[in-house]
Amino acid sequence: MYKIVRKKVLNPTVTQMEIEAPLVAAKAKPGQFIILRTDEEGERIPLTVAGTDPQEGTVKIIFQIVGATTERLGHKEEGDYIQDFVGPLGVPTHTDGIKKVCIVGGGVGCAIAMPVAQEFHRLGAKVTSIIGFRSKDLLILEDEFRECSDRLIVMTDDGSYARHGNVTVPLKEMLDAGEQFDQIITIGPLIMMKFVTLTAKPFGVPVTVSMNPIMIDGTGMCGGCRLTLTQDGQRVTKFACVDGPDFNGYEVDFDEAMSRGRMYFGYERAAHEETCRLFQGA
Amino acid sequence: MPIDPKKNEMPVQAPEVRARNFEEVALGYTEGIALKEAARCLNCKNRPCVEGCPVNVNIPDFIAKMKEGDFEGAYAVISETSSLPAVCGRVCPQETQCESRCTLGKKFEPVGIGRLERFAADWHNANVKEKPQAPANNGHRVAVVGSGPSGLTCAGDLAKKGFSVTVFEALHTAGGVLVYGIPEFRLPKSIVAKEVDTLRALGVDVQTNVVVGKTLTIDEIFEMGYEAVFVGSGAGLPNFMNIPGEALKGVYSANEYLTRSNLMKAYRDDPRTPIMKGGSVAVVGGGNVAMDAARTALRLGADKVYIVYRRSMEELPARREEVEHAQEEGIDFRLLCNPLEILGYQNPDDPRDERNGFVTGIRCIRMELGEPDASGRRRPVPIEGSEFVLDVDTVIMAIGTSPNPLIKSTTEGLEVNRRGGIIVNEDGLTSRENVYAGGDAVTGAATVISAMGAGKVAAKAISEQLLG
Ligand SMILES: Cc1cc2nc3c(=O)[nH]c(=O)nc-3n(C[C@H](O)[C@H](O)[C@H](O)COP(=O)(O)OP(=O)(O)OC[C@H]3O[C@@H](n4cnc5c(N)ncnc54)[C@H](O)[C@@H]3O)c2cc1C
Ligand SMILES: Cc1cc2nc3c(=O)[nH]c(=O)nc-3n(C[C@H](O)[C@H](O)[C@H](O)COP(=O)(O)OP(=O)(O)OC[C@H]3O[C@@H](n4cnc5c(N)ncnc54)[C@H](O)[C@@H]3O)c2cc1C
Ligand code: SF4
Ligand code: SF4
Ligand code: FES
Repeated sequence: MYKIVRKKVLNPTVTQMEIEAPLVAAKAKPGQFIILRTDEEGERIPLTVAGTDPQEGTVKIIFQIVGATTERLGHKEEGDYIQDFVGPLGVPTHTDGIKKVCIVGGGVGCAIAMPVAQEFHRLGAKVTSIIGFRSKDLLILEDEFRECSDRLIVMTDDGSYARHGNVTVPLKEMLDAGEQFDQIITIGPLIMMKFVTLTAKPFGVPVTVSMNPIMIDGTGMCGGCRLTLTQDGQRVTKFACVDGPDFNGYEVDFDEAMSRGRMYFGYERAAHEETCRLFQGA
Repeated sequence: MPIDPKKNEMPVQAPEVRARNFEEVALGYTEGIALKEAARCLNCKNRPCVEGCPVNVNIPDFIAKMKEGDFEGAYAVISETSSLPAVCGRVCPQETQCESRCTLGKKFEPVGIGRLERFAADWHNANVKEKPQAPANNGHRVAVVGSGPSGLTCAGDLAKKGFSVTVFEALHTAGGVLVYGIPEFRLPKSIVAKEVDTLRALGVDVQTNVVVGKTLTIDEIFEMGYEAVFVGSGAGLPNFMNIPGEALKGVYSANEYLTRSNLMKAYRDDPRTPIMKGGSVAVVGGGNVAMDAARTALRLGADKVYIVYRRSMEELPARREEVEHAQEEGIDFRLLCNPLEILGYQNPDDPRDERNGFVTGIRCIRMELGEPDASGRRRPVPIEGSEFVLDVDTVIMAIGTSPNPLIKSTTEGLEVNRRGGIIVNEDGLTSRENVYAGGDAVTGAATVISAMGAGKVAAKAISEQLLG
């Protein structure tokens, strides 16, 4: 059992927790994730490590409440326990030789992007961050990003805060203006990552995308997290949990990943409604 | 009294009933039947059956105890060599092991050794409540990676000798394939849980949620003060066919399908982990894993389940008993057929159509058996122009697994063979000092009893190495 040491509600649907898990805290690097089960009989879900305190032995997670399991997790309080918590899983984000980086985060993807931005900042790279949200009340982590970015651009889809528009708009402006990046790293909804990749393509800037398919074990055993890459003209299958979650954006078949991500859509909707009823009743 | 030429039948749930529930199919011998079956054994002096068992269970002696009605005594004899009798009695391929050598089998049906073993173990579990005592500690620490049959056996044997043993398991429940792969209707999970409890009573510390190679490396385990490590990490990496359509929604590896159903309990009415239920299902492959996936699909409510296998019934690698059970339950065997492509729904007019990207069928080609290949099996060759489509909603790939590269890639100096199996000597020692390995991680997908045997060999070698 893993204790929830601290809990902070970041916005109506996004919550941050610090969990006591010393072995994970000692090891985790930016870009890696954990898998948890809220309670006995619960589903296994992956969440990115949003920070660690190795001294205290705690791991920070930031999650958006989207379905049954995140709903249950959101109802846990400081001092409560999480049944299972395993990690760190996946390959850490590649940082070697990258001096100028552009981090593009969307929605709760910003929680996944934040530790990556912090790591580049710590390593002395020049960090440009573009973070986008649907509207002002969904904004998270602005201060944290400001601290670790040399330049921060905040976007909202509906114009309710900062600049109006998609994250690809300022990215394209910068690239058009001749801005040079060693690497663009984008984390967020698949459709956003697809368009960031398409935006960068004419400029030939390398793009890393952080894939988030449905997972179970996270150790390469089930193959449920598989996605297809095109490498040297060949279609190859990779497992996001062990080969990723970071991949070369130019190689990923986004349309297939989007389709696979919706496999249990109807089922998840029903399970979420069920859980909401459960908590409303209680 | 003349010898009954036939094995006593195993009482089973009726096929039409069991095909819709997850209760155990084979109900086990009653005491009366067990005594009758034990009476068939000739107590052969030369003991050929013992040679057929990978861990050399003392078969004539345990059956002799059973004849006297001393079931606990029989259990004690089996326990001298086998640490998971209730498991092996259920899932061992006895027909190719112990029972294949039985003298009685030359003229009649062999003695039902596995069924008797299961009876003795179940009798013990039902009637003997006291737990084993942890022996005095000998001051040495050993780590075991993986809690499948090889790891559990190695841990148990070492704990009985006084070692302090920690088992590190990646998943949230201990048992390996016994909990995530083999379904409830063949091996109730309570039996595996009981074996793990017994280990705990012996003082073994079972730590779940530790992925060795990620959470801890083997080198760090040594730094923590462990003097030897046994790697029993299994062969969990699923293979795919690399045919078009494998990324469609509704295509599973058998590992994913069975894990969702068994470990994550998707078969229950109120599971949190979803699984596709109902409709028509094609399972590709012919081993035990394929049979388990097909029969699970049926129990989850499928209307129609096909086994698609490219060779013929003779080559089908699954246990005969499981194939027969599957046939009785109504699984449709499409033998000498090979999949070419999985077909999916695409609505060109509406990209938002919710049905887009779901499986609609599997296109196969008929095969005939040609000349024997290197393995001596006749190689299937496609019959030109014989393609056909099976309409299905779900496709499950059960075409084998390989050892997971995670430990190899994080352990310097650990050598593996071409297929990814860890290389070991006759003691189970790897290319790294004090690192031992066994089970599917070494051999590739094999059997419970061979994994158990490997765990035993390594435990003995570790004990000799550390105690001198
Ligand atoms: C490597 C990895 C890292 C992740 N890191 C984070 C994180 O730091 N913070 C965070 O909030 N989420 C993260 N996710 C997504 C998170 O795992 C899902 O939101 C979670 O599994 C939803 O579970 P649920 O039971 O609450 O909802 P479900 O009922 O399972 O799903 C509800 C809705 O969310 C969608 N969904 C389900 N799984 C995913 C997924 N894996 N990715 C995107 N959408 C999904 C469903 O299609 C559905 O619309 C990560 C996913 C991966 C694979
Ligand atoms: C569906 C199915 C049906 C089968 N039916 C039969 C049958 O009827 N009869 C029979 O004899 N055999 C059968 N087998 C084969 C048999 O189950 C295996 O040969 C046996 O379980 C192998 O045991 P093992 O200890 O080597 O590994 P496993 O049982 O595979 O256990 C390995 C364990 O190690 C864990 N692990 C892996 N990597 C790590 C890591 N890095 N860190 C920590 N833990 C890790 C895994 O999570 C797992 O729990 C079947 C197999 C399957 C999949
Ligand atoms: S362990 Fe398996 S092979 Fe050995 S005697 Fe028992 S059933 Fe036969
Ligand atoms: S070979 Fe058969 S009959 Fe002979 S001792 Fe073994 S089980 Fe009994
Ligand atoms: S989550 Fe199972 S293989 Fe990646």
